[in-house]
This record gives sequence, C-alpha cells and structure tokens, in this order.
Amino acid sequence: MTKPPQPGEFYQRDRRWHPAALSQNYKTSVTRSPQFPLISLENTASEITGPVFGHDDIAPADNDLLTNFAQPGQSPIGERIIVHGRVLDENARPVPNTLVEVWQANASGRYRHKKDTYLGALDLNFGGCGRTLTDENGRYHFRTVKPGAYPWRNWVNDWRPAHIHVSVFGSGFAQRLITQLYFEGDPLIARCPIVNTIPDPEAVEMLVARLDMNATIPLDTIAYRFDIVLRGRRSTLFENRLEGN
Amino acid sequence: MRQKLDYLKETPSQTAGPYVHIGLAPGAAGFEIYDQELGRDIAGPNAKGERIRVEGMVTDGTGSPVKDVLLEAWQANADGVYAHPEHSGGVEEGFRGWGRVITDFETGEWGFDTVKPGAVAGRSGQMMAPHISLWIVARGINVGLNTRLYFEDEPEANAADPVLNVIEWERRRATLIAKRALRGGKPVYRFDIRLQGEDETVFFDI
Repeated sequence: MTKPPQPGEFYQRDRRWHPAALSQNYKTSVTRSPQFPLISLENTASEITGPVFGHDDIAPADNDLLTNFAQPGQSPIGERIIVHGRVLDENARPVPNTLVEVWQANASGRYRHKKDTYLGALDLNFGGCGRTLTDENGRYHFRTVKPGAYPWRNWVNDWRPAHIHVSVFGSGFAQRLITQLYFEGDPLIARCPIVNTIPDPEAVEMLVARLDMNATIPLDTIAYRFDIVLRGRRSTLFENRLEGN
Repeated sequence: MRQKLDYLKETPSQTAGPYVHIGLAPGAAGFEIYDQELGRDIAGPNAKGERIRVEGMVTDGTGSPVKDVLLEAWQANADGVYAHPEHSGGVEEGFRGWGRVITDFETGEWGFDTVKPGAVAGRSGQMMAPHISLWIVARGINVGLNTRLYFEDEPEANAADPVLNVIEWERRRATLIAKRALRGGKPVYRFDIRLQGEDETVFFDI
C-alpha cells in the first residue's frame, strides 16, 4: 500500500546565504560570535515541533501601530504606511496561523526603550510594536508609520537605514527567524554594516520591501509589500527514521 | 530547455539589535502595550512533573555579561510530549512548552520557571535525554544561536543521548549540562552560556 508523503525534516539552512557570525565591520559581533563551528544535527521532534499560537493570545488590534499606543483620537506623526505580504516556505507553500511580530523606531528614528538616548524626539502616540497571525493563505498586514534612520555607535558616523524588525515562528523551532525589513530606494542600505553582514546581494534584495501602489489606500496610507520565506520541509517519500515508533 | 528547480531561498537573518525587547517583551522595555505578553508561562498551572527554575548568564568573548539578550525555550512536558499537533500524546491544558525571557539590564542574569521535561524519542527510536532547546538572539548575533540544556542529575540518560554523542570533543559536552542546586527546597539549574572563548558553549545548526 502506498502511503501519501508525510512532511519530514527541514531543508538544511544555507549558512552561506545568511550572515556569518563574525563580521568585523559590525563591531558587536566580534565578541559575540562563537569561534567553534556549529555542530550540525539531523532533525528530531525537538526541532520539527514548535510553539503554536492562537487568536486568544493576541488582540485583533495588535497589528495597528497607528492606534495601539495612541491616545484616543490621536495619531503618531509620520508617513502612514501599510506593510503587508505573505509568509511562505521554500516550497512556496503558505505558512498559515503563524505569529509575526514587529518592532521599530518612530518617524524620528527614536525607540521607545529606556536604553535609547538618541536626541530624536519620542512620539507620545507611538509605541512601536505590533503582532499578528498569518491567515490561512499565509497573509499578514500591519499599519504603522515609516521609521526614521538613526545613528549608532559602530564606526563614528554609521546610520541605520529605515527598518522594521520582524520576528517569525513557522511551525517548527528550526524555522525560528528574526530579520529586518528595509525600504526600497533607501541609499543607506548599501552603506550599512549590519546589512553588509549578508554576503550575497541577492539575499539583501530579499529584505527590501517594495513600494506597492496597488495596496495603497488613496488619500490615506501608502503600502509596502514584504514576503517572508521560512525553511521548507522535505516530503518523506521513503521510510524515514525520524519518528522512532 | 533545462528544467529549473523552483525552490525559494530562506529570508536571510539579521541581528535582533539592542531594542528587541520593544517588540518581544515591551514590559521590559518600559511600557505596557499588550493585554498579555507572550512567553511568560512555559508550563502552566496544570503541568505534571517536578517544578524547577532554570537560570544563568550569557557572557561574551571578553567574559563580560551580555545584558541585552532575549532567550527562548522550547521543551516537552514531563511525559516527553511537545505541545504540537505533530507530536502525539497530548499535553496538560495550559502547557505551551515555550517561553521567552530577557536578561536583567543591570546584572545580565536570566531565569525562568518551568517543569523538568521528560525524555523524548529521537531518531530511530533512540531516546534523547531530557533537554530544553534554547534560542538566543541579541545585538551582535547575526543569526539566532541554538543550543540545548541538559540536566546534571541525568548522567545515564546524558551518556546515551544521541545528540550529545554527536559532539566528538567530549570535553565540550559539559558546556550543555546545567548544574543542579536546591534553593528554599526548589531545584534550580544553573546554565551559563559562553558565546566565545574558553569553555565556549556548543551551538547547533539545527
């Protein structure tokens, strides 16, 4: 009897596509990068499973950064944007019901964090974090203001391009990913030591959200499109040794 | 014409940066915004098994504490079952098996309360020793680091653990074993993580 293929292990992560741990120009990585190579494991249940989140865990309005911290009737200052896209795996299959979390600076490039001492002003009506679950087609969307660039202590005149930090879970702990979304056309992208930890220019392109006029709400909010790809899974066409029963 | 393989590439990782708390633990960043922050309770009130505390510190290549780490834990329940639809067995109501903690901004200490996980079947049916999977992100870490915490008081299971035995440098296996102590009658496991240098913690490519 032929059994249908079952989802199996995750495809190996391409470590030459991701940043290396040590990047001299991103100075903090110099003392925070392991010197020994990673030990590669074949997947077990510990890697293939991962936390499951539901609609009880978050509030529907958590994905609206224009309102989730603002005083009633107020709005944050800045360029009103929608960020939307899909979470897919490497097989181009949608990843449904997965948690996407974002955080960012305000339009001045200032974070609402007690450790951020930048002169750029805080915005009374902007918190800077949001979260949502992808729908059954892997789609997600947020509404926010476009973050400003900001300086950081690396080389003395380094400035981060405008970016939104993005955290995604997927279905297995092996898919756990944090990355940063950049904006199309930003001249700071090419100069950034953190962006340049990524060796392949095509990989950098994957982090650049595209202006999406079709998703823009006329006279209201401009839109950017950002798709996220998580590791794909092999189908177990032949007997696999994973389950152990 | 040659056929193409049409796989997509994984989105490349970037560091979580210094302000990861805003997004993933806003209470720690200094403001409450969500009705509930995720990851504060790993096991829930109904979980069977031994209640334990796990704590430690992350140090960098100079031996200094890293005070802006965010750490996530993923573990099975006391029966060795993960709270996931692909792992059969079922878990207690409220047991999520996942937690998220940050290091203290002043001291660099982190800790979480949970239950001690049971052994989980590994590949080919071989049992893995009880362990907690950890994922570490911070400023300066370009791709989240995966490691496993094992328990000092499971010497036989650890000796037979298929993952620990993949590490051919036997001395390095000790970096994954949390030390047990009792505090006020409660078991506390100490797990210090050294990112670089002497006694560097083993990190996995999972």
